[in-house]
Amino acid sequence: MAEFQPVLLARIGKPDSQSLETYRRDGGYEGFKKALGMAPVDVITLVKDSGLRGRGGAGFPTGLKWTFLPKDHPGPIYLAINADESEPATFNNRILMEEDPHQVLEGIAISCYAIKSKTAYIYLRYEYGRSYRALQKAVDECYAAGIFGKNIFGSGFDLDVVLHRGAAAYICGEETGLIESLEGKRAWPRIKPPFPAIEGLFRKPTIVNNIETMACVKNILDKGGEWFKSLGIPPDPSNPRDAGSYGPKLYCISGHVNKPGCVELPMGITARQLIDEHGGGVWKGRTAKAVVPGGISMGFMSASELDTPLDFNGPGKVGCLGLGTAAITVIDDQTSMVDVLFNCARFFSHESCGQCTPCREGTAWMHKILTRIRMGEGQLRDLDLLNEVAGSMGIIPGTTICGLSDGAAWPIKNAIKKFRPEFEEYITTGKKTVKPAEALMAAH
Amino acid sequence: MAVLSEELRKQIRDQFPKYPNKRAVVLPALHLVQDSLRHVSIEAVREIAELLELHPSEVHDTMSFYQFFKDEKHQLGKHRVWVCRSISCMLRGGEELLQHMCEKLHVHPGQTSADGKITMEFAECLGACEGAPCVLVDDEAHMNITPEKADELLKNL
Repeated sequence: MAEFQPVLLARIGKPDSQSLETYRRDGGYEGFKKALGMAPVDVITLVKDSGLRGRGGAGFPTGLKWTFLPKDHPGPIYLAINADESEPATFNNRILMEEDPHQVLEGIAISCYAIKSKTAYIYLRYEYGRSYRALQKAVDECYAAGIFGKNIFGSGFDLDVVLHRGAAAYICGEETGLIESLEGKRAWPRIKPPFPAIEGLFRKPTIVNNIETMACVKNILDKGGEWFKSLGIPPDPSNPRDAGSYGPKLYCISGHVNKPGCVELPMGITARQLIDEHGGGVWKGRTAKAVVPGGISMGFMSASELDTPLDFNGPGKVGCLGLGTAAITVIDDQTSMVDVLFNCARFFSHESCGQCTPCREGTAWMHKILTRIRMGEGQLRDLDLLNEVAGSMGIIPGTTICGLSDGAAWPIKNAIKKFRPEFEEYITTGKKTVKPAEALMAAH
Repeated sequence: MAVLSEELRKQIRDQFPKYPNKRAVVLPALHLVQDSLRHVSIEAVREIAELLELHPSEVHDTMSFYQFFKDEKHQLGKHRVWVCRSISCMLRGGEELLQHMCEKLHVHPGQTSADGKITMEFAECLGACEGAPCVLVDDEAHMNITPEKADELLKNL
């Protein structure tokens, strides 16, 4: 197969890739002009037929989500862009925003036109200062050039795009947590239904989409739905719920590899290919013991599962929660899975919003139990206890409002199932691997 | 005397047209106040509430949810320096880096150096994992930070 030519990342690394001038020279905003010449419903159909599924983690079909908006609503309808990219090991959206902000903004403009929204809010995590400045400059350029504002290109379509900075909370990536936060409240996810498409931001119909999804929309307008559908993996006939995994995807590679980075490939590459062909292999001549398939809330793949295709359907076949953000983290054979799992548990106990008891308490207890194990005070029955707690929290057992705790439970369940002998050996030999830095943080 | 200057009040009011109600300006207002005063005091909360036509408890409820915002007991230094402790950085020495930088400044995470210049903090994933370990200075990410580079970073602040 000929080497894949990046589309979403095509302009990354080119001189002055952030400016409107170079973007327009590369054909920028022609897709938006094309959309303005179409009926909004035809833009929705184009995106729906392309097979595009949301890139934020859940993989919900984008065009289908747009059709959930009430018909003939008097407005306002809002587009809220989820740029709160906080899933550990995920940074693909940051690269798009920092290096090619206009590509993202064009996707936003097209999507707003399709869903008849006149206002888009970009909810951007605070830590992405460079993204903020690149996007703000690009937004200002668009207003000055008449790409945003009133009666755009004489079409009668008006659009405002507002950047809104978060305040370092993972839960703001949950779409209704994001909406609450944007409204000026604590980011407590809402009970659904109603779903945001019916009643979302400021109690109005709202679509929440991810940054990479917006870049895909822009390219679908330019290159067509057939092009998008020609890439990736069709639905698995043995899984009636699989809607296929089409199009290019940004894969992040981090952890114990020689060349960490973000690469664009057609959906369905394997973790082994990512490590060997794109990540420069496992560092220090070691081998991979485990790989996180798409952010830590998806769980772990063991060394024998690395040929699993990373499409929407693949990681689930080996017991992972899903593809997630398609950000792989490679863990080498010299690293303790107990330490890795502790790191995951600490993250979720820190980031649980505290609204639902099973998550607030469950994440805290899993963190405590793993702390105890790492201080050499663990007992074998702790492993069953961890499993019991993990099995009692989340949307899947039906005890919480949002999926944060499913994501918190998954690495626990996967690690104990796939690496149990290592955990047992750690406990029975009385190992201790607590680092001095952790004591410092515990005092915080 | 008012805690918020007329300039700050103007910057907050400038946010109003972007949103259909004033409550949505809570986060932007908290950012503006903290950026300028290095903390958000109870008095500042009262004045923000007055500007946004909210009850002070509503502003405080939001503020206290985000550990990012600090009250008068936790005055921030001139710069905030965050070291990532999440998985990709942890695997490549992030926690050792945090320890090194804390020892250099003689502080625990969350504390400010004696000269009031730098508040050292740990962060959950900063989204710069291709450059692990990563350090965020205010809101600029610095990647592939060794202890030597960290010393250099701290020295130049």
